[in-house]
Amino acid sequence: MDFLPTDDQQALQAAIRGLLERRLPLDRLDAGFDPGLWRELATTGVFQLRQPADSGGLGLGMAEAVLVFEELGRACVPGPLVASHLAAGHSPGPVTLLDPASRPWIVSHLECSVGLLILDDAGPRLASVATVRAAALPAPLDPLSPVHEIVDLPLGDLLGGAELSERWRREAATLTAALQVGLASRMTDLAVGYAGQRQQFGRVIGSFQAVKHICADMLVRVELARAALHAAAVALDEPDHPGQRRAVAGAKLLADEAANCNGRACVQVHGGMGFTWEVPVHFFLKRAWLHATEHGDAAEHAAALGDLL
Amino acid sequence: MDLRYTPAEERFRSELGDWLSAAVPGLPAKPAADDWAGRRAYDTAWQRRLFDAGYAGIDWPREYGGRGASPTEHLIFLEECARAGAPYVGVNFVGLLHAGPTLMAAASDRQRRAHLPRILRGDEVWCQGFSEPEAGSDLAAVTTRAVRDGADYVVTGQKMWTSFAIVADFCELLVRTDPTAAKHRGLSWLILPMDTPGIEIRPLRTVLGSSEFSQLFLDGVRIPVANLVGAENDGWQVTMLTLSFERGTAWVDQIVDSIEMLRELAALNRAAGNAPDIRSELGHLAAEFDALWALTKRSVSEAARTGIPGGSASVLKLRYTEARQRLMDLAARILGPASLSRDDVGGLPSRRFVEERINSLSYTIAAGSSQIQRNIIGERILGLPRER
Repeated sequence: MDFLPTDDQQALQAAIRGLLERRLPLDRLDAGFDPGLWRELATTGVFQLRQPADSGGLGLGMAEAVLVFEELGRACVPGPLVASHLAAGHSPGPVTLLDPASRPWIVSHLECSVGLLILDDAGPRLASVATVRAAALPAPLDPLSPVHEIVDLPLGDLLGGAELSERWRREAATLTAALQVGLASRMTDLAVGYAGQRQQFGRVIGSFQAVKHICADMLVRVELARAALHAAAVALDEPDHPGQRRAVAGAKLLADEAANCNGRACVQVHGGMGFTWEVPVHFFLKRAWLHATEHGDAAEHAAALGDLL
Repeated sequence: MDLRYTPAEERFRSELGDWLSAAVPGLPAKPAADDWAGRRAYDTAWQRRLFDAGYAGIDWPREYGGRGASPTEHLIFLEECARAGAPYVGVNFVGLLHAGPTLMAAASDRQRRAHLPRILRGDEVWCQGFSEPEAGSDLAAVTTRAVRDGADYVVTGQKMWTSFAIVADFCELLVRTDPTAAKHRGLSWLILPMDTPGIEIRPLRTVLGSSEFSQLFLDGVRIPVANLVGAENDGWQVTMLTLSFERGTAWVDQIVDSIEMLRELAALNRAAGNAPDIRSELGHLAAEFDALWALTKRSVSEAARTGIPGGSASVLKLRYTEARQRLMDLAARILGPASLSRDDVGGLPSRRFVEERINSLSYTIAAGSSQIQRNIIGERILGLPRER
């Protein structure tokens, strides 16, 4: 047993972080979906990461994928990341995702996608975006993630059976949890950075225990959620691991909680500035709220875990 | 990033499992909380059996009589003991987890030879004399004075929260040897034989109603200078070393136990109509404890790679202790009126949960309160400045 990332895994994660720090600094965050950045991510193998090497992929596993997705969350990269990763063997361009069990049928990033992945119980289907009848919603919660309401679901091409849908659901929940851990971790850094330089009452506010303890709790949530996330990832990399459902549900639950609570804490530490558009904290929190609705929210996973006991 | 065990680790687990399944079922009933003579006999007899089977001091180096096992084998040992319901360290806690490792790291050869083999065999029980009425979270504020007189220190003062004092042979004692130095600089770490004249032990009745701790009154107690561990006035460094051994794997027993309790409570809830809010809260706690277990494995992996458990100890302690308290509150909800009895009632297992509900109040206070842990995380991990 060695639960720490290997040297190769750390190098992969550091490379993605380096790329995103260069390409998506805080002051360029509000530009929204960037096709150029998307192509660069595709070139580095973000989407082909787990595709077999003989079909142009990197042949890596969920362990590597969650490290990469933590970085994508950390940088608040806009776009249909999870679905494009899942469907990488079927579509070269961006793909967004709909779970038809979840109503109303709202998808994000439809306008920049070439395909819509429909995660039906019977099996995942992929439809061309041109065949989707949908209306753009004028006031999206996350300004960087435009949303559409789907009026009519196209049939699309069946990609596999019920088993594939089940596997992709688990992988999607885990990759979304990774984005949430990345967001939660970045918001911890933003709060600590601000608390370490903002002065009131003649001293840095991070020296006050009332503020310091908020920051400490943020780190604790990230560490716990990350441990759960990595445990879920390695469980998914073992095809017949009996604890997959439990591990995935726990990871998504704790990651959602970390992202939401850390987002609120980050706004609080920033005080009035945290309520301004100019301070970018809200982009991270709104993204966290978006992901919290995807692939089972915390309450659904808690109920599912209760049933598994 | 791998949670699978090697064939050698699996072999170790299965041999240990075989031994435990033979040894544990025949154990006598556990003595009552206030039967200290009985508790000492019970815990030290178990320690002796571990010793005879080659499992004592699993993580201690071979040169000190331990098994020299890897951090992962140590984790497997703690996990299997918890699953088998084997006794935990009990009265051997301070000797095995504090004093022993401290002696290995900081004591003279003579001191090590005198104590380590006896601690390992269960022949020698230790207690801890660190805290004082005015030195709790602010441990470096200890005022118990040790004045040099010839070949002895003459020690006067009062210690609090001394676990196992009633049955201990020795005490790890933190004293002030230089009252003129800055508070962290004038302390020393001494070995106090508990049969020395001038020691008065007053049991301290806790909220459990029993006396888990004592107060120690020291009046002109003569301790040979030869019992100094580490350098004079370097006791703070030695103490930090002592406390560092408590981290990382300290909660394995209870995390494994909590995951088992969740199964038991889910069955009780199902039998009582499967209230959905309780079921969800059980699920939520399952996520917490599974994650704490994963975090423990991360900490053990860090120890295996670097020799130190890393920064997760405070994170684990803070989150585990709060989760355990939530678990006990939930257990009380599931037990309903049966939670009013500290003995089993109405066919429900009240005893175990109600005792632990009371006992767990101490977890967020002992060994560095939750507030101190948050300071440690805020200052040492996040790099925020100290208050003032």
